[in-house]
Amino acid sequence: MKKYIIQSLRLTLVLIVLLCIIYPISIALAGKLSNGKGGGEKISKNGKTVGYQLLGQSFTKPEYFWGRPSAVAYNAAGSAGSNKGPSNPDYLKEVQSRIDTLLKYNPGLKKSEIPADMVTASGSGLDPNISEQGAAIQIARIAKTRKISEQKVKDLVAMNTLKPLLGLFGPSSVNVLKLNLALDNL
Amino acid sequence: MNTELTGIIATFLLTIVIAIPLGKYLAKVFAGEKVWTDFLKPLENGIYKLSGINIKEQMNWKQQLKALLTINILWLFYGFFVLIFQDKLPFNPDGNPGMTPDLAFNTIISFVANCNLQHYSGESGVSYLTQQFVLMFLQFVSAATGIAAAVVLFKAFRDKTTTQLGNFWEFFVKSITRLLLPLSIFVALVLTFNGTPASYDAKDQFISLQGDTVNVSRGPAAQMIAIKHLGTNGGGYFGANSAHPFENPSYLTNMVEIIAQTIIPMAMIIAFGYFIRRRKLAWTIFGVMTIGLFMLMIPTLTSELGGNPALAKMGISQTTGAMEGKEVRLGPAATAYWSTLTTVISTGSVNGMHDSTMPLTGLWQLLAMMINAIYGGCGVGLLNYFIYLIIAVFISGLMVGRTPEFLGHKVEAREIKIAAIITLLSPFLILAGTAIASFVFTNHGDAAWATQPKNWLNNPGFHGFSEMLYEVTSSNANNGSGFEGLGDNNVFWNVLTGVIIFLGRFLPIIGPVAIAGLLGAKKFIPESAGTLKTDTKTFALMTFAVILVLNALSYFPALALGPLAEYFSQLR
Repeated sequence: MKKYIIQSLRLTLVLIVLLCIIYPISIALAGKLSNGKGGGEKISKNGKTVGYQLLGQSFTKPEYFWGRPSAVAYNAAGSAGSNKGPSNPDYLKEVQSRIDTLLKYNPGLKKSEIPADMVTASGSGLDPNISEQGAAIQIARIAKTRKISEQKVKDLVAMNTLKPLLGLFGPSSVNVLKLNLALDNL
Repeated sequence: MNTELTGIIATFLLTIVIAIPLGKYLAKVFAGEKVWTDFLKPLENGIYKLSGINIKEQMNWKQQLKALLTINILWLFYGFFVLIFQDKLPFNPDGNPGMTPDLAFNTIISFVANCNLQHYSGESGVSYLTQQFVLMFLQFVSAATGIAAAVVLFKAFRDKTTTQLGNFWEFFVKSITRLLLPLSIFVALVLTFNGTPASYDAKDQFISLQGDTVNVSRGPAAQMIAIKHLGTNGGGYFGANSAHPFENPSYLTNMVEIIAQTIIPMAMIIAFGYFIRRRKLAWTIFGVMTIGLFMLMIPTLTSELGGNPALAKMGISQTTGAMEGKEVRLGPAATAYWSTLTTVISTGSVNGMHDSTMPLTGLWQLLAMMINAIYGGCGVGLLNYFIYLIIAVFISGLMVGRTPEFLGHKVEAREIKIAAIITLLSPFLILAGTAIASFVFTNHGDAAWATQPKNWLNNPGFHGFSEMLYEVTSSNANNGSGFEGLGDNNVFWNVLTGVIIFLGRFLPIIGPVAIAGLLGAKKFIPESAGTLKTDTKTFALMTFAVILVLNALSYFPALALGPLAEYFSQLR
């Protein structure tokens, strides 16, 4: 028994050096060669950081494309979904009020055109994307508030749409922050 | 064709293509045959030397278990104190507080047991030191513990009669050097170059396009996310686990992560067959498991892709499926696929919130964890399946009126008793645990704990009951996923699930290893016309029936009160 205790102790120490020091530091060093230098890829405007490419942020003004509802208000020092069950009455009321808000700010929009992602909270609360349909239903509003042609906005959406992996696998998506930045840069 | 569906089909095929050769490789590694990674021998010899280990020393099954338990208990003490004092230790750039004793108790058992149930949130509950030196460390060694225990079982059936089952330390160290570490390096690099943070930079702050001030949690995440999947651990670096865009930046990384968590459990089955030179048996087991997987996955896909009926009534469009708790870049199909695999295997990482999935999806997730032997966790999946096998051998033996045998060894009263205890343990822990929780919720709603019992549940009605049932089931299965709406960071849940995780981990390791050790030591009976063959389709069906009947009988009432009741109430 005593032998096993001593062996366990020594083996644990050796493995800590290998697995908790050598391994992670090597990966961190290799990460310095990546786009974000291993600290997350940033997006800047006029030399100032305005966000991270992968992290969604809150957009509430009518001249910006809106992202998905977030259970943590896009606070990137935490992350969580709503954890609301599919039959929870309070949750269903919340979804209804999101639908009403979208209808109010986007005149002419039909209920059946609203995609589920625009009225449901994401898993992380930091989802940077919306679906193509989620962007499409906002084009008229953006064009009107910014006083530009709908075609121009449509083109921007198309330019900022990420197609499925290799065109074959997974959904397509629109990065809201990049799209809004492109709008500001027009 | 629908690109979300082609995505998951491609993922599954890739998994199989990688797992099969990996299994053959593992069989050779543990048999000590020549493999291309033998250049790592000097590293292993160095580790043995520094640790005072002589791998030539053979152990019997009791010594194997003693070694296994000794080192695991040591990790419990080590981790417990580091978690409590993390605020006073270095590498805590965000200034996070130390854990309360009950939370540290739960967290350390959970990580030693390969469960990774998390009652804290990575961003605010742990320091960089504890993320790496406790949690990530345990993700490596707990997976290696499971694999080594399974190899002990392999050893018992390789030779005709033996008590010499090899050296536990050798299996354990090789699991890390030849399997977990090299694959982790690869996966961590893929993640890093696709946007996952890997550096030791502290929290960042920026002003958003609209003018809000936003704080961003970061840190060495890629390193941990790699092993969290490969080792079927599942404990995320960030609170939202693999739904977090840093933890799972794109559809590509999603494929890599889900493949990473599936290959080792699959490969262990193949390795078993090659190691004991009975490939047909391994393929039979693999077949039963894969059929079980599809029976859980196909209805899960149907219920998620169909969307939420309550939202459909409101008149919106759910063309791709239910989106609450899911991410746009991954989509409902990949999230449903993941949710099945992460529950059949004991990973428990999530790329979408299970609490918000459809009622029937919740049913399949729960059932997957109750069975807990479809591929299963690293090494332990096979150990769990072995218990079902022994029960199936016993019942078949009774049916044909012969002394049951398994791989040439008589299965007698002692082995059956152990198997029966292990089989009964799961329903006992799950049902008793849920019952106690429900009792406290209804009768002691005002108890003065961090979260009062009356405020535990995030959802009313049947779904609330499912939240408690899920938490206990996940603990027993050492899965670690949750219906995260449950207010679980308080003394009641921390202690209850801590105890369940501990028993649900170590007894199902001790039992099968003991049975294998006892059987391996018995006289070998050559195969004859009267032998019950365990690698036939008939026996596969028998095992399948045993799994189905045992679980249906044990859990149907509880499932009827939770997800089934919610489903039927939605139909109204």
